[in-house]
Amino acid sequence: MSEARVSTTQVGTTQVGQTQVSKASVRELTYSYAGAQEPALARVSLELPEKAITVLFGPAGGGKTTLLRLINRLNDLVEGTSRSGQVLLDGQDIYAAGVDVAALRRQVGMVFALPLPLPGSIRYNVVYGPRLAGVRDRARLEELTERSLRRAALWEEVKDRLEASAFSLSGGQQQRLCIARSLSLEPEVLLLDEPTSGLDPISTAKVEGSLLALKESCTIVIVPHSVQQAARIADRAAFLLGGELLEVGDGQQVFTSPLQKRTEDYITGRFG
Amino acid sequence: MKQGRGGARGAPAGRTRWSEFAIVALIRVLGFSTVGFVLLIFAFLLREGLPVFFELPASTLLGRLWYPTFGSFGALPLILGSLLVTLLAVLIALPLGVASAVFIREVAPRWAREVLKPLIEVLAGIPSVVLGFFGMSVVAPLVRQWLGAPTGLTAFTGALVLAYMSLPTIISVAEDALDAVPRGYRDAGLAMGATRWQTTWRVVVPAGRSGVIIAGMLGMGRAIGETMAVMMVTGNAARLPLDAAALFKPVRTMTATIAAEMGEVARGGVHYHALFGIGILLFVLTFLINLAAARTILRRRRKGGLR
Amino acid sequence: MSGQDARHGQRRRRAGRLWVQRLGFLLLGLAAVVVVAPILVVVVGIVARGIGTVDWEFLSAMPRAGMKEGGILPAIVGTLLLTLGTALVAVPVGVGGAVYLAEYARDTAFTRAIRLAIVNLAGIPSIVYGLFGLGMFVLFLRFGTSILAGSLTLAIMTLPVVISTSEEALRAVPTEFRTVAASLGGTRWQGVRTVVLPQALPGIITGVLLGLLRAAGETAPILFTVAAFYLPQLPRSPLDQTMALPYHLYVISTQVPGMPAGVQNGTAFVLLALVLLLNFAAAWIRRHFRRRRPW
Ligand SMILES: Nc1ncnc2c1ncn2[C@@H]1O[C@H](COP(=O)(O)OP(=O)(O)O)[C@@H](O)[C@H]1O
Ligand SMILES: [Mg+2]
Repeated sequence: MSEARVSTTQVGTTQVGQTQVSKASVRELTYSYAGAQEPALARVSLELPEKAITVLFGPAGGGKTTLLRLINRLNDLVEGTSRSGQVLLDGQDIYAAGVDVAALRRQVGMVFALPLPLPGSIRYNVVYGPRLAGVRDRARLEELTERSLRRAALWEEVKDRLEASAFSLSGGQQQRLCIARSLSLEPEVLLLDEPTSGLDPISTAKVEGSLLALKESCTIVIVPHSVQQAARIADRAAFLLGGELLEVGDGQQVFTSPLQKRTEDYITGRFG
Repeated sequence: MKQGRGGARGAPAGRTRWSEFAIVALIRVLGFSTVGFVLLIFAFLLREGLPVFFELPASTLLGRLWYPTFGSFGALPLILGSLLVTLLAVLIALPLGVASAVFIREVAPRWAREVLKPLIEVLAGIPSVVLGFFGMSVVAPLVRQWLGAPTGLTAFTGALVLAYMSLPTIISVAEDALDAVPRGYRDAGLAMGATRWQTTWRVVVPAGRSGVIIAGMLGMGRAIGETMAVMMVTGNAARLPLDAAALFKPVRTMTATIAAEMGEVARGGVHYHALFGIGILLFVLTFLINLAAARTILRRRRKGGLR
Repeated sequence: MSGQDARHGQRRRRAGRLWVQRLGFLLLGLAAVVVVAPILVVVVGIVARGIGTVDWEFLSAMPRAGMKEGGILPAIVGTLLLTLGTALVAVPVGVGGAVYLAEYARDTAFTRAIRLAIVNLAGIPSIVYGLFGLGMFVLFLRFGTSILAGSLTLAIMTLPVVISTSEEALRAVPTEFRTVAASLGGTRWQGVRTVVLPQALPGIITGVLLGLLRAAGETAPILFTVAAFYLPQLPRSPLDQTMALPYHLYVISTQVPGMPAGVQNGTAFVLLALVLLLNFAAAWIRRHFRRRRPW
């Protein structure tokens, strides 16, 4: 684990001081897609404190998804991009030469906006990651299945039909299955990109509930689907606008008394 | 990153990475292999066929007499025979095929489409020797009766059979071309008060013109290379088809010549080399046809976007 | 001109145009009928004339009396073996090539060369494949006239079909599945193996069947590489010659005088039936799985 402390001031951002152990850090990250005029991210620096929920919020196109996908190198799949700056995990640069990308992604899990179960049973989905990683032991897989489904608050609903197709679940259940699928790798960091955007309020509450429980063991970065959701769950909050990180700080403080005018405008619904 | 410490991320280190590396390398080789095959095919044709160009002067090769037993290897009757049958076939098939494609895409009700498409697929699957058999046992006698000629095995009969063999190709390329016409073209026509027929005619057809040309070219490529059916229904007389009457007399194509004579030649002899020489010609011809068509096909596919 | 007249004229013009439309559509429909009717005639004709002569003996006995009597067993077995041999080579190479093109290749000059090669392979006349097979497999590699040489020749000829249809099937699998597999620590190949290939499988099988069906019916490529004129015994090794259905049909309908029409019609029927069966299987698989696709 890195000894990096969150400093009280950061270049280009305003921040309220808070001393906490940082699990991952984004340093001066600039990133452009092929053929784009403006970079999708411009000199973004951000600390992700351990065992806390960090919320990335802001209007569409601000670069939230891009930033998430850079933290587990999922954007390696996109061609023709350029990047400068660093992403550190436990103090080590994840873009350094020789990094095992597959292992990194097992360490840093990702949940997408739409539930994307793989074609197959519920059980197949949950143990997919561990099996790719070479876990063959049945008892171990069995245990992982139950544990992950419990942590995703889905176990009670599916324990009797683990062999049923994942597509037979409701949308909310599918999304929790996807969370369980990521959790079965026992990731240290979990990235969630608007995980509740397609869900009803009850399912949303269940997902949020499981996230709050998860932060005991996991560093969570989430793009919320509304400011209300952001305010409900944020330990820390970062406001992204047009690829720039305008403000980052304690969740409570950002949502009640933002330092920046534009953050306040966005929170109070004046734009975005 | 560091390897996970046991647990769920108990990562398999070296072994997976090696097998992954091997598999990806293999897949890459398989991908490249197609280029290798084209080169190999050309190389072997050259190896076996090139000698004929040293054994015989060009004037002989383009002579008017193909009579191998007497050392006469004039390929002109064969080349013209192929051209005659092929052009006639495309002349028949292109209007039929394009009209059918327009019907299928623009006019036909759903049920008709569901009958037509599978039938055309069936046609594409019928072995050429079966069509040839049908041609010689059913079509040729009809042609003979109709002409009152001594034989029904004529260039015309061959063209007729070939036309049907190239129809699936022509129809599918023409359909793709119609597909590529933006929806807006049609809607704009209709919005201006044109009937569906006018829209189809004035807007869609000209817009798909390049597609029709490609359809014709690929149909021709398909027809010129066809062997068995042609051999079975054209009568195989190696005579120069120079007058209109030649349409209704036997001809002999390049493909049929190879098929009929390769079994009986001495390997390594002039005749053997000459047959491979015809093979080179066929390869180059179809290569050029497909090269020209491919530029458009590939361009369209790329525009269609990679995922 | 009064407004009423104008409207009247308009209506008349409109009626005229509708007539033109009706005529035009009729002509197009007629073209489709002219295309399709002979197909039905051929299929029905071959079936009607052939089905009567096909009995168990015809399918299971060796030919006798200069092929004029007995059955066509060695030709059927030969064609099945050739098709199997073709599949053994064309499927791994073709599907592998398709995986490369769909999952790994970038838009480089080399990729374009591969695509060009595929288009051109698809266009090379079947008789030229026969020449190539003779030059390379029969003579240069000394396989002789054999099932091995014939299968390899047919396999290369079948590759473009297998590759194009498989690539299409792979591309039809949504990108998201690949992203999910990657996000769960899968390598690219793991994602392809566990998710993409299984999802594309029905499409790939359809394509493979279409390719094999073409190979099974081809005569020209096997003329000089495998086919035996009259060989009333079953092959025992891949290096043996064999009879084959399409070549047999060619032989008995053009090379042997006085051949009974029954044997010809029966052989044509068996060959057509084999090919149509593969065709229907392909169509069925495509329909069946398209309906069951979860996405
Ligand atoms: N795969 C991509 N290719 C090209 N441009 C992209 C891609 N993904 C996102 N972008 C662009 O990058 C910018 C940031 O997008 P994104 O990260 O999705 O923002 P957010 O998640 O905040 O809505 C947008 O302008 C978007 O158009
Ligand atoms: Mg987004």
